[in-house]
Amino acid sequence: MKRKSVAVVGAAETTDLGVIPNLSQIQLHADAALNTLADAGLKPTDIDGIATAGESPANVAHYLGITPTWVDGTTVGGCSFMIHVRHAAAAINEGLCKTVLITHGESGRSRVGASMRRGGGASSLQGQFESPYGIMGPPTVFTIPVLRYLKTYGLTEEALATVAVIQREWAGKNPRASFRDPITIADVLNSRMIAYPFRLLMCCLVTDGGGALILTSADRARDFPRKPVYVLGTGESVETPMVSQMEDFTTSRAFRVAGQKAFDEAGITHADVDHLMIYDAFAHLPLYGLEDLGFCKPGEAAAFIAARNTAPGGKLPLNTNGGGLSYMHSGMYGMYAMQESIRQLRGIAPAQVLGAKISIALGVGGMFAASGIIVFSNQAP
Amino acid sequence: MKRPLPEPTPETLHFWEGTRAGELRLQRCDQCRHVYFPPRPFCPRCASRQVSVFRASGRAKLYSYVIHQRPVPGFAPPYAIAVVELDEGPRMMTNIVGCPQTPEALRLDMPLEAVFEKQTDAITLPLFKPAGK
Repeated sequence: MKRKSVAVVGAAETTDLGVIPNLSQIQLHADAALNTLADAGLKPTDIDGIATAGESPANVAHYLGITPTWVDGTTVGGCSFMIHVRHAAAAINEGLCKTVLITHGESGRSRVGASMRRGGGASSLQGQFESPYGIMGPPTVFTIPVLRYLKTYGLTEEALATVAVIQREWAGKNPRASFRDPITIADVLNSRMIAYPFRLLMCCLVTDGGGALILTSADRARDFPRKPVYVLGTGESVETPMVSQMEDFTTSRAFRVAGQKAFDEAGITHADVDHLMIYDAFAHLPLYGLEDLGFCKPGEAAAFIAARNTAPGGKLPLNTNGGGLSYMHSGMYGMYAMQESIRQLRGIAPAQVLGAKISIALGVGGMFAASGIIVFSNQAP
Repeated sequence: MKRPLPEPTPETLHFWEGTRAGELRLQRCDQCRHVYFPPRPFCPRCASRQVSVFRASGRAKLYSYVIHQRPVPGFAPPYAIAVVELDEGPRMMTNIVGCPQTPEALRLDMPLEAVFEKQTDAITLPLFKPAGK
């Protein structure tokens, strides 16, 4: 995409996060959308492009009273919303629409009006070659590569525990985080075993919530009430829906390909990055993300985190909302990662990184199946 | 409750006929000699449609796994969900039988061999056990 040609002019989450049994999935989309429209000073009739995942964009458009000239229902898991941003930027630049609303809402915990979980049937490749062996959702699938990663680099489960402990420090600064009490390495390593080597505190929350974004062209962005956050670079890729068929269990090809593209488009180096969000459905994802984006050499992310580089006061603040491990995780967390990037660049984050100018949000979809990455900047073109 | 069972498709039928006959059948590209899994009637490396099915050795090593602690239909926890690397190169998901489902017993890179566990008249699953046991 063209650097800084498109900006985020509206961003908000649902009024509440956590356990929201009084709102259905479609209303979580709408609550986030209405908050975001108010943030941008717009009405639904001002929107001419709509994108969402986990819910049909037709449902969301009709429910909100939007008549779009551009629709994107790309659904490749929790990073779909990053990919929607990328596609929206292309669509706005091509003149297909002017003002795009991207919504997420998920009754992940309360399961009110939730869509049926899509999974391969028994005749799909996953149904034939993975499902017969006792897999039961992400804790038993996303986690499978990690023992190979740990052995390759001579690491232990403490590497995973450290990620959870430091993210809890960030969560402690965030009144909207679900879990805020400090934890220790021992707390994590003594928490209930879910799927060895993963313990409870290495796994994300399951909560309800939503978020939405409004994007428009950079030349219109100055007319909105909030400080615009520009899209500086973007990347997307997919690898495989079958974790057993990943090329390499120590690295995500989708992260690497999308990351390289995003850095190239943005024209930045690692030293330019002030703030980073890495989708953490489980504690190993920040390790893979830091290495696959090139912030650390292979096998060195755990030591980088343990040395407090990503902790409060560190040189590369990471997952400053507390992440999926402590802030919230509805099921498709990518939207919340971008919301925190935008709060940081607007200067309104609960744990604000002073002077942050460039933030990257890395999303993962499925179990290492897909990735979408957005580089944001608050500096006008 | 039984575990979920595969529904073979035209492209995978040879694999499931193989397990029923006590064989692990892989495919090899006739053009570039790439050995691959899961089954498909073309080479995922060079796109050639000239591919052959062959009987693999059944030898593998333990590549990675988790030990699930919660009950799932057809499984009594704790049980390992494993990925093995076949001697011929491809990796596949499976379960490890004939050994305790513990980190101490399940060592990465330990040698394994295929065993075939009949589920129904149509479906036999390829599982793996420690080699020579």
